[in-house]
Amino acid sequence: MSRPAPRLARYALRGAALAAALGLWQLLTGLDIDLWLRFSQFPTVTDIAHAFADRLTGADYWTDLTDSLTRILSGFLLAAVLGVAGGVLVARSRLAEDLLGPLLEVVRPIPAIALVPVAILLFPSNEQGIVFITFTAAFFPVLVSTRHAVRALTPVWEEALLTMGGGRWRILGSVVLPGSLPGIFGGLSVGIGVSWICVISAEMISGQYGVGYRTWQDYTIVNYPGVFVGMVTIGVLGWLTSTAVELLGRRLTRWLPRTSYVPGARVPRRTHGAPSRTETGPGPKEEVSREQFV
Amino acid sequence: MSSSSDVRSPSLTGTRLTLHGAALGRPGAPVLDEVHLDVAPGEILTVVGSSGCGKSTLLRTLAGLLPPLSGEITQNGRPLTAPSAERALVFQEDALLPWRTLLANVELPLAVKGLPRAERRIRAEAWLERVGLAEHARRRPHGVSGGQRQRAQLARALAPGPRAILMDEPFGALDAQTRAGMQDLLVEVLHGTGATVVFVTHDVDEALFLGDRVALLGAGRLIAVRDVPRPRERAAHDDPARIALRREVLTSLGS
Repeated sequence: MSRPAPRLARYALRGAALAAALGLWQLLTGLDIDLWLRFSQFPTVTDIAHAFADRLTGADYWTDLTDSLTRILSGFLLAAVLGVAGGVLVARSRLAEDLLGPLLEVVRPIPAIALVPVAILLFPSNEQGIVFITFTAAFFPVLVSTRHAVRALTPVWEEALLTMGGGRWRILGSVVLPGSLPGIFGGLSVGIGVSWICVISAEMISGQYGVGYRTWQDYTIVNYPGVFVGMVTIGVLGWLTSTAVELLGRRLTRWLPRTSYVPGARVPRRTHGAPSRTETGPGPKEEVSREQFV
Repeated sequence: MSSSSDVRSPSLTGTRLTLHGAALGRPGAPVLDEVHLDVAPGEILTVVGSSGCGKSTLLRTLAGLLPPLSGEITQNGRPLTAPSAERALVFQEDALLPWRTLLANVELPLAVKGLPRAERRIRAEAWLERVGLAEHARRRPHGVSGGQRQRAQLARALAPGPRAILMDEPFGALDAQTRAGMQDLLVEVLHGTGATVVFVTHDVDEALFLGDRVALLGAGRLIAVRDVPRPRERAAHDDPARIALRREVLTSLGS
């Protein structure tokens, strides 16, 4: 299924695009170009690379990194668990919808970062406040997409379980959760992105240590290359964590019809699979042309 | 085959399903009225009618998914109020769980029943073998043909040994040749289970081939129930009695 040569070419293209962007940056900043946009104050790519190398050898960088990661992972995991639970509850129970629905709808539009005062009032330490804000940021996307996914489940799946004698918990475990995983992962992908935005902002406002805190510190002491080191770090961490969520999602939803996530595959499915899909059962004359049922 | 005989033994008697003057449908939207129907233990009753006449509603009511709006429905004389593993339902299509392999789909009702893991596996494999899917057991529903999916559904329905099997146009989406093969397979796998079958279809020939009796639905009610001469004999299609019945069924459906 995977064709190595074009795949390699695509990675090369991606690398080249990134390199070209960095080259343009180096050019604009190195030549101190001031054409309405002012690049003369900007650190060059090489400045940033040096600053980065210095940071990597110091202890603070790794403390910042682990602090930020701990905060985001605790907040995000909490949001994943409670968001899925809440989404299922609201979608499946009318009582839960009536009790929680209005509250959730009112709290949802409030940007998580606007909850900083609430966090400061509520929690004894800054650390817990930041986790709370990160949690709130990811909670709503997860809850909303879980709710939609659960409501969109094919009804015959549930009816099949009912006529097998399955009860509420069996339906939850065998139909509702696995069936809504694709939607849930949609919410988790959005959630992890918003979580990063909020953890960094919260650290800038009230943190001690953390990538966001460090970035803001560097800005206040006019260490521009340091600011950019912070930004690159945030970018890479965000990219890594959302890729992890994405990969986990693909692994768990491998059962989805394949074409939905092979964007590059242009080979029509029918010429691909037809020869291997002939019936081999006991019935007489059973050649099935599959296309009709897909 | 030793294990599949285990499967058959507990369910040698089918269940009797009876509707007494029942009105069926969703609240506020009745589809069928005044239905008197007695499905005898172990018989195959086919139900024909044009689309939208309430065939699926009848089946869902018998399954216990849809309570009757009025009247009464009983199983072996006792009121039927909720779905139960004793009455398996086979759907038209896409009722297999797409994230489970065919094997895991067939194992599911056995797990619901509380069988230990090892026994589930043995029984499910035996049933997949019986419907000719042994070598596709580890595939997922999207990876096999529509006919194969319906066979897997059949295996899933029969594996736990239900006493009634309710089939909602199970072969309706298949092409003619696959459909004939599936009918033969159905007759074969039902043999010895003793289960009562209610089989809904819009195909008159299918109804007359499979059914001991055929029930005609139309215009919001049960029009008639007729005995089918020489059921499940392929050669009987030109039997004069069968031809006459076929004409009668077509006429009443056309009206």
